[in-house]
Amino acid sequence: MSTERIKFYQTGTFTAGNRLLDEATRTVQSRVDRTNSLNSGHRACQGCGEALGARYALDAAMRASRNQLIAVNATGCLEVFSSPYPESSWQIPWMHSLFGNAPAVASGVAAALRAKGRDEVTVIAQGGDGATVDIGFGCLSGMFERNDDVLYFCYDNEAYMNTGIQRSGSTPPFARTNTTQAVADHPGNPVGTGKNVPRIAMAHGIPYVATASVADLHDLERKVTTAIGVQGARYLHIHVPCPLGWGSDPAHTMKVARLAVESGLFPLFEAECGTVVRSTPIRRKVPVERYLELQTRFKHLLGPPQDTNAIAAIQAIADANIVTYGLWG
Amino acid sequence: MVTAAELLAVAAFSDGKYAQAFPSFGSERMGAPVMAFCRIDDTTIRTRDAVTCPDVVIVQDATLLHQVDLFAGLTLRGFVLINSTRSLNALHLEEFLSALPVGHVCAFPASDLGLKYLKRPLANAPLLGGFAALTGLIRLASVESAIRQRFPGEIGEANVASVREAYDHVTALTAEQQGILRR
Amino acid sequence: MNVQMEGSQAVAEILACCRPEVIAAYPISPQTHIVERLSAKVARGEIGRCQFVNVESEFAALSVLIGASASGARTYTATSSQGLLFMAEAVYNAAGLGLPIVMTIANRAVGAPINIWNDHSDSMALRDAGWIQLFAEHNQEAIDLHIQAFRLAEALSCPVMVCMDGYVLTHASEPVDLPDAAHVDAYLPPYQPVQLLDPNDPVSIGAMVGPDAFAEVKYLAHHQHLRALDLIPELTQAFEQHFHRQSGGLCSPYRMEGADIAVIAMGSVIGTIKDVVDELRRASIPVGCIKIGCYRPFPMLQLRGLLEGVSRVIVVEKDLAVGVGGIVSADVQRTLSGRQIPVHTVIAGLGGRSISTSSLKQMILEARAERLTEPYFLDLNKTVIEQELARRRDIRRAGPVAEHILRTMNVMGTKVS
Repeated sequence: MSTERIKFYQTGTFTAGNRLLDEATRTVQSRVDRTNSLNSGHRACQGCGEALGARYALDAAMRASRNQLIAVNATGCLEVFSSPYPESSWQIPWMHSLFGNAPAVASGVAAALRAKGRDEVTVIAQGGDGATVDIGFGCLSGMFERNDDVLYFCYDNEAYMNTGIQRSGSTPPFARTNTTQAVADHPGNPVGTGKNVPRIAMAHGIPYVATASVADLHDLERKVTTAIGVQGARYLHIHVPCPLGWGSDPAHTMKVARLAVESGLFPLFEAECGTVVRSTPIRRKVPVERYLELQTRFKHLLGPPQDTNAIAAIQAIADANIVTYGLWG
Repeated sequence: MVTAAELLAVAAFSDGKYAQAFPSFGSERMGAPVMAFCRIDDTTIRTRDAVTCPDVVIVQDATLLHQVDLFAGLTLRGFVLINSTRSLNALHLEEFLSALPVGHVCAFPASDLGLKYLKRPLANAPLLGGFAALTGLIRLASVESAIRQRFPGEIGEANVASVREAYDHVTALTAEQQGILRR
Repeated sequence: MNVQMEGSQAVAEILACCRPEVIAAYPISPQTHIVERLSAKVARGEIGRCQFVNVESEFAALSVLIGASASGARTYTATSSQGLLFMAEAVYNAAGLGLPIVMTIANRAVGAPINIWNDHSDSMALRDAGWIQLFAEHNQEAIDLHIQAFRLAEALSCPVMVCMDGYVLTHASEPVDLPDAAHVDAYLPPYQPVQLLDPNDPVSIGAMVGPDAFAEVKYLAHHQHLRALDLIPELTQAFEQHFHRQSGGLCSPYRMEGADIAVIAMGSVIGTIKDVVDELRRASIPVGCIKIGCYRPFPMLQLRGLLEGVSRVIVVEKDLAVGVGGIVSADVQRTLSGRQIPVHTVIAGLGGRSISTSSLKQMILEARAERLTEPYFLDLNKTVIEQELARRRDIRRAGPVAEHILRTMNVMGTKVS
């Protein structure tokens, strides 16, 4: 199929999109020949950010690895909605073992490939935040510490969604989940809890760590491609809204994801061997309320009356990120 | 102690015997004696139970002598070899001197031999040399080859030297005991 | 080659000849000597391109092998007791996925109370997970079973546990014949996977299976185990042809000709029982013993045949189904269904307690005289039990059981009898 070169003067903005870009800089998703690693027909919810994130990440990975890729998936939404017996939407070699062992299983795949001299095959491990931050944390750390040649994708929708929206170590402060309900004087998920796994990954000194969002496809694909080109343990933490769990409109998934980035609550950055080397600046800064007000999991903060302390605390987190990663100004 | 039992087994194997060596089953709480067992036979050894009626007891730590019943089950014509700088009389083992055949019980400073040849108070190798001399159940040459197999090079030779001196020492001691009796 | 060697070291040597490609290891007593020796061999390049992965837990160890096996590698690990339980989820997963992983279980008691010595409670805890379970009588058999295990696992696409008694076998130095690599190669061909993660031929492994198909998948696993009952005798026969000795097998009788009483057991205690059988036979008591070499699948048909003329069965086992009694004896009962003969359960050797020939002999005579309680706990210290029960009756805040018993036993002194 032939492509037409269209000349315009405004490129790389949201106004005109991909068509204006050089072929070489177009996203994998825009290509007719993309792998569609996670094929349509899966059973994800309408507006599922994880389904998008997984397809984006894996298609980019397939291109970067010349289609030589094996994926290991933890139990969770992605695994469940992508492989409803007797169907599978995976177009790539794919394995699901258990909830807590995806990083270890992937380490095993990598070891087998090394034993067989198959250096050209990329090994991906992937899971949601529950599998990555909590139950699989030990195995994740082991994979990092050994510097096994595995690229790990965490699709972070900030709770255990497959089991019906329960709090994980990635659930943000004040978020309502079914195990951190905003009842009595509880404001949802307690402040001061939770793990920052990208920074923990950095603390292991692994060659490449990055955060990405479904809201910025170019950024995500670039990071996947970069990661594929690096040897050793790599970690990519991808923010993926969950309309069901977050109580947002399925049509707002991209918008919500973008607001998380633009408020500073989800910083986009890259690190190599434990040091931040690049961050993606915020184009248009927004106050956190713009993000919170689209999600019923925060509605108890918005009132009326508004919980100004809570919102200020959340804003403080966002502001701190902006400073830490140099996202603005 | 576990290494000594294993070396004993290897030596017996060189002698064409069947040998089984294993660590103890007993309570191993702090302060309890660490034990290892070795069985030697001319035919296949099948049983796996703890040795309760030993023909030989080797005591590496003499401080245990009057704290724990080390000689429980010792057979009537059994042998006892003790690592100690003190004599049998000084160890208050007169009971055993009378109950067992002459020349079957011997105390000698195995740790000191370890110090002499290996710069550390390691009693294992000398005790095996002493065992060979005392019981005649394995040949000295087999003990030496077992040791060289486990500890190659200079360390092996130093061990072998300690074995030889222990062997000669115990041979002399038991001969002396038998000589005293005859007198 | 005949050598005098510690069991663990011998297992490591033979493992190397089996050409594993990925070994994952997490240390736990008493398996450590196996993996230590293997790591040195891998580091010295003695096992080709084999990868030795030092993992962060037993759960990780088996998980690594699940990924490696699905990627076409021959895989191996070893564990015991707490470690086996820690990887329990993965144990079921490996069997369910049909991956031919081989794992040594250095049998050790499961706590609490924490205990590092030998009994069979660990393998028993996972007996129904779908792994084939083989038990070694002595270190020669331990070595031989590993060679057989790889061939068996790969023929059936079913993982295999080779169980050898911790310390009693792993740390016992005894003579073994170590086959050389060429002999092992002749018996054990390279691994040809039934399922493979391959970029050139993508498949999805590990999909969710609902009520409409789960029973069928499970039945097929059961079917593979039934096939194993036929395959194991074939493999052991082929083994005998290659290596010129009998090793392994479903169950092996000893002096069962004309036996009135059959003593059934698994693992190293069989050696001790054979000595007792000989002693009793010298006293004209018609007793024989049967070693169960393959516990899962359970060789019901063959065992039933061996027990044909027998009028009394004694099952000696190193495990306890708390609140019930015997585990192996229950399988034996099922084997004898329809036949009304007494089956005695003798619980022995728990937590590494030595099983003496004298206690066994006495127990068999008591069984013969119908004086054994059911189940019968060999060498149980009744005085300690009664004291502890009385103490707990009198005081509410009685404290931890184990600590008190140990204190009591200190006062009384421990005796190996």
